[in-house]
Amino acid sequence: MRNVVALLAGLIFSIGLAQSEMINPDRVLGFLDIFGQWDPALAFVLGGAVVVTMLTFRVILKRTHPLLDKEFYLPAKESLDSSLIAGAVLFGIGWGLYGYCPGPALAAIAYLEPNNGLFVLSLLVGTLLARWWVSRHA
Amino acid sequence: MLSFDVVLPALLGGVLIGLSASVLLLFNGRIMGVCGILNQAINFKGGSNLWAWLFLLGLVAGPLASDAFLGTSQPVFEERTLLVTIVAGLLVGFGTSLGSGCTSGHGVCGIGRLSQRSIVSVLVFMLAAMVTVFVFRHMWGA
Repeated sequence: MRNVVALLAGLIFSIGLAQSEMINPDRVLGFLDIFGQWDPALAFVLGGAVVVTMLTFRVILKRTHPLLDKEFYLPAKESLDSSLIAGAVLFGIGWGLYGYCPGPALAAIAYLEPNNGLFVLSLLVGTLLARWWVSRHA
Repeated sequence: MLSFDVVLPALLGGVLIGLSASVLLLFNGRIMGVCGILNQAINFKGGSNLWAWLFLLGLVAGPLASDAFLGTSQPVFEERTLLVTIVAGLLVGFGTSLGSGCTSGHGVCGIGRLSQRSIVSVLVFMLAAMVTVFVFRHMWGA
């Protein structure tokens, strides 16, 4: 049952990406280009999503456990550290270069665009490199 | 600039994304962060991560379903050079893993639960991305 929920959640998420055109990297870059022809769409997408999560998460997290599992799996860390900041800077540079964060890049796989395929492959390599880096410096 | 044509699909899409995050947390107790879920899917240490693969399957199928039944269409995007594609992909993969989250994890879910780490992360990666676009579009004029 948890697997069905996960499948549906992934489906709803990327239908949202398609509806809002955030699956189009040029729309994302249009938002990031504040000194050019600014495209505000991404602000409404993130805003719309956050209004929903702010309302629902507050109620959901009052429960002792989720409907189909014994516990909530929430991030353990609460304080700021250099990995958080350095990671965000590197991610931001990559995002600004290409216009894709992980969600839309993976969602667009089915279009079989060779350039996006190479991006996703590089993203996977980057993920594994970070895992190796963190394990060395832990 | 701010017409209904721009605002409505963006808000609708955003609400769907927020609902999806709510469903995953309410039923499964999981944070809907794509890079976190990707990390669990390619975790070779074992453990039950079938749900992560199914989330990714849904993620890949969604745009096709939307194009077939909901009137959206495949985006046409400008080709990037091989160098830009590879460097950007490496940075996005490395950065989101090191920084424990991306736009969905820190942005949609983290801000939703008012996590200090997530709010700082979103501000930092947005600023870094805007500076990058500024440098490449307006300084190098590429």
